[in-house]
Amino acid sequence: MEKATKRKVNNKKGKEEKPIVECDDESDAWWWLVHKGITASFLSIALFSLLVRVAVSLHPYSGAGNPPKYGDFEAQRHWMEITLNLPLKEWYRNSTVNDLRYWGLDYPPLTAYQSYVHGLFLRFFSPDSVALFTSRGHESYLGKLLMRWTVLSSDVLVFFPAVFYFVVVYYAGRNPSHRMSGIAWHMAIILLNPCLILIDHGHFQYNCISLGLTVGAIAFLLSDKDLVACVLYSLALNHKQMSAYFAPAFFSHLLGKCLRRQYPLLQVLKLGLVVLGTFLIVWWPYVHSMEAFLGVLSRLAPFERGIFEDYVANFWCTTSVLVKWKRLFPTQTLKLLSFGATISSCLPSMIQQIWSPSKQGFLYGLLNSAFSFYLFSFQVHEKSILLPLLPASLLATEEPFLFTWMTLYALFSMFPLLHRDKLVLPYLSLSALFILLNHLSSGRRDTKDTSAFRSFVTRVFLLCSVILHVVYLSMHAPARYPFLFEALIMLLCFSQFVFLTLYTNAKQWMLLKHSNLVDKEKKLL
Amino acid sequence: MEAQTTPKLKKPPKPRKPIRELWWFFAAAACVKLLLIPAYKSTDFEVHRHWLAITHSLPLSQWYFDETSPWTLDYPPFFAYFERLLSIFANLIDPQIVHLQKGLNYSSNTVLYFQRISVIFSDLCLLHGVYRLTRKLDSTRQKLIWVLVVWSPMLVIVDHLHFQYNGFLLGILLISLSYLEEGRDLMGGLVFAVLLCFKHLFAVAAPVYFVYLLRHYCWKGFVRGFWRLFILGAIVVAVFAVAYGPFVYHGQMQQVIHRMFPFGRGLCHAYWAPNFWVFYIILDKVLAFLLGRLGFKIQAPAASFTGGIVGDLSPFAVLPQITPVTTFILVLLALSPCLIKAWRHPRPVRITRWVAYAYTCGFLFGWHVHEKAALHFVIPLAIVAVQSLDDARHYFLLSTVSCYSLFPLLFEAQEYPIKVLLLLLHSMLMWLGFSAQFAKRISLELAKSEKKKDKEEGFVIGWVGWSYLVGILLVEISGQFLHPIILGDKLPFIPLMLSSTYCALGTMYSFIWQLKWILDS
Repeated sequence: MEKATKRKVNNKKGKEEKPIVECDDESDAWWWLVHKGITASFLSIALFSLLVRVAVSLHPYSGAGNPPKYGDFEAQRHWMEITLNLPLKEWYRNSTVNDLRYWGLDYPPLTAYQSYVHGLFLRFFSPDSVALFTSRGHESYLGKLLMRWTVLSSDVLVFFPAVFYFVVVYYAGRNPSHRMSGIAWHMAIILLNPCLILIDHGHFQYNCISLGLTVGAIAFLLSDKDLVACVLYSLALNHKQMSAYFAPAFFSHLLGKCLRRQYPLLQVLKLGLVVLGTFLIVWWPYVHSMEAFLGVLSRLAPFERGIFEDYVANFWCTTSVLVKWKRLFPTQTLKLLSFGATISSCLPSMIQQIWSPSKQGFLYGLLNSAFSFYLFSFQVHEKSILLPLLPASLLATEEPFLFTWMTLYALFSMFPLLHRDKLVLPYLSLSALFILLNHLSSGRRDTKDTSAFRSFVTRVFLLCSVILHVVYLSMHAPARYPFLFEALIMLLCFSQFVFLTLYTNAKQWMLLKHSNLVDKEKKLL
Repeated sequence: MEAQTTPKLKKPPKPRKPIRELWWFFAAAACVKLLLIPAYKSTDFEVHRHWLAITHSLPLSQWYFDETSPWTLDYPPFFAYFERLLSIFANLIDPQIVHLQKGLNYSSNTVLYFQRISVIFSDLCLLHGVYRLTRKLDSTRQKLIWVLVVWSPMLVIVDHLHFQYNGFLLGILLISLSYLEEGRDLMGGLVFAVLLCFKHLFAVAAPVYFVYLLRHYCWKGFVRGFWRLFILGAIVVAVFAVAYGPFVYHGQMQQVIHRMFPFGRGLCHAYWAPNFWVFYIILDKVLAFLLGRLGFKIQAPAASFTGGIVGDLSPFAVLPQITPVTTFILVLLALSPCLIKAWRHPRPVRITRWVAYAYTCGFLFGWHVHEKAALHFVIPLAIVAVQSLDDARHYFLLSTVSCYSLFPLLFEAQEYPIKVLLLLLHSMLMWLGFSAQFAKRISLELAKSEKKKDKEEGFVIGWVGWSYLVGILLVEISGQFLHPIILGDKLPFIPLMLSSTYCALGTMYSFIWQLKWILDS
């Protein structure tokens, strides 16, 4: 494929440039890997990413050997136990057989169905690991292995194909001379995202399913199959309510698109019906009675857990060093406050998309809305940084610096959590692998003359984070401030995230200016 | 877009720094190896830990006498010195690692991390060897060889999962070969002598080295020849003196040699290495069965191979017994064509193939061969695999089969996906790399002379090769999935037997292919 495109370029430019092109071909270090086209490159990259995932899954999971509540691993296992052994209506209801205080199901029904299917798999090979009651805190070699394999298989079945389709769509409309090795690099960087791997295959969660569905939705949206995109995004929402971080971007982009068509109202109605239909199918067992429906709904919004938990690098947690939000305001006010802050912070990006929906703008919009949710919404987790990170990784070839920077700090913001899970080794080696991959792109890309000031600032921040890592690993916090280092890490990451949000918002609006210019040029022509 | 690419094309190509790229390959591999630290490790892990303890806690005179644990020191002295060096750092990190009694079966994180990371570090030797061998090649060839050697799945399985230091030792072999290829025979001989003092199993190639050095280095007239022979001999003796001198001084040579060559072991290892003796055993079983049916009285062998018990004797029912001497003669016989060639035309470009061929012979006909010994020829052959299309085809088959033959080393469920993925990834990369290498050459040739019609076909394995490779898949499926379903726990040795027999076909093919190449050249 690369060969063919090269020849095309040659033909266009005449013969005298041929040797130079050959030289370029020669210097492209990864030509041998990508010359068979996109599918073969994807397969080899996918095999490698899978190998890395399997290797990470050898390490401990959250709450391993830590009774009585264990961690997310036990939560997921417990959901399999519940869904497998209880009738559908009982899944979300507190009862003598389903103690909701012990890792009660608090994700939407699609997660419950997924748990049921995975539970069947576990029961087939190891019935003990999902037996009702007796399996609580079940930890065994086989049990861990089977659980790990359910995540691996979900990743392969949902996330990998979605990424493949996204890359195919994303580069389909581009200039054919777009370098194949660049495309391969993009695939690798999405699939080898250290944060996602560490959380799913180390800490133990199923983010690959909801994020994979979202990537699928984005890819279908980019290829103008809006209805399929709506179905997939609704499914993502029904797998993890956290996917709502992307809702403003999807909503505004689709609305903007509909407004530009012939019958805007009809278009909106069509999309609305599709979304409603998908929701209806997923929620079917619970829509027969209002009580059941509300019961499930109340499980999904755990407002009683407070505005933030642990040390998450968002606005509320960081400012609580100065303003004690939790003490000053009742939960009700905080809810409104955070809701208002979230909406107002993602409003500019929404307006831009409604005004002038574009594919590139949509990706930036996803990033901005996810960021504003991460920074301002109620009850945010360290792990939620995965959501803004996803659109950033999709934009990696456009914004390589932004993506690198964000990944490094997203990783860092989860460091205390991963340290608790005893995942420092995979944390370090995946970060190294990420930096190595990144190094490839900077070797390949023409070195843009970056300002001395920027490189100085980035170096200072990098140095800070390296020092903080070392300090965190080697020293004990003073007794008066037991969480001093966590707070410092949070502060550093928060400052970076705020800077990045401002940058991406500005960037999204700049697109508008750019497209206006292009439009004007077209008119002039 | 066009505007952006144009300046890129016009820019003069950057000067390439192969060593930096090689470091990248190494670092990427090291990341994966680090991730694999908690995986399964064999008893070899404890063997090496115990050697750390022996060399650290005991005076040199006790090293080869210690019997605190069944894992006695049975490698030559340089390896013991190497362990001594490592033990200094081990002692700094956690003194319990090197404690002779308290350290027994010690399995804390410190010892795990220390030993695993020491293997990753010792791979730097392999890196140096590969660098020396490839620094003058073109970019694509270089990368292909790096993929084959630095990212070798076999090394990952044997060194970083099963636990051994083969990467380090093969690195020394590659350094020696690189000196020979450059024509610096004395250095090549010296490094090989060092290697022999690290692990004596590498001695299988010694005849090749001897003949080659004698002809290529020493055969320069009578006086000069003897002078050179004397220098060479002096160097080798000096290396051996450094290694064994202290033990000679303590009068322990007999004990050292007794430890290094435990001929009490049987013809085959507990798992059958896929070599010639597999066919011999099977022929014996079949004959015994047939003759038994025909009414002859066949004495049942005392110990069964398949039970995994390593017996003293080679229990054959019908065919003649095999002794170490028989295997020794067979290896020499198989080597002889190569030795004759080396004598007639001692050319530096051939030496890598000859050495690889010698290890193939040792693997096929040797006594008590481990399946891991396949590394000894698969890694050196990687260096020559990029030279021609035929080499590439042969290497693709050989490397896939040899990697598959290592599967029984990792028998636990947790590592199953790892070994499968390693093999698949390796085959995929080989396929991509070889087809790039050979498709590229064709296009360049075409560019040179457009009229030239007789173009060579690209990297095609052919239907025989493909069906053999698909056969591996079938063997694996039948052994792993069908066997437990159909037979349950009965006849547990059948899958292993099947896979070693099947892989033995591949190694026999490789042997014949290499022999043919040597005879034709």
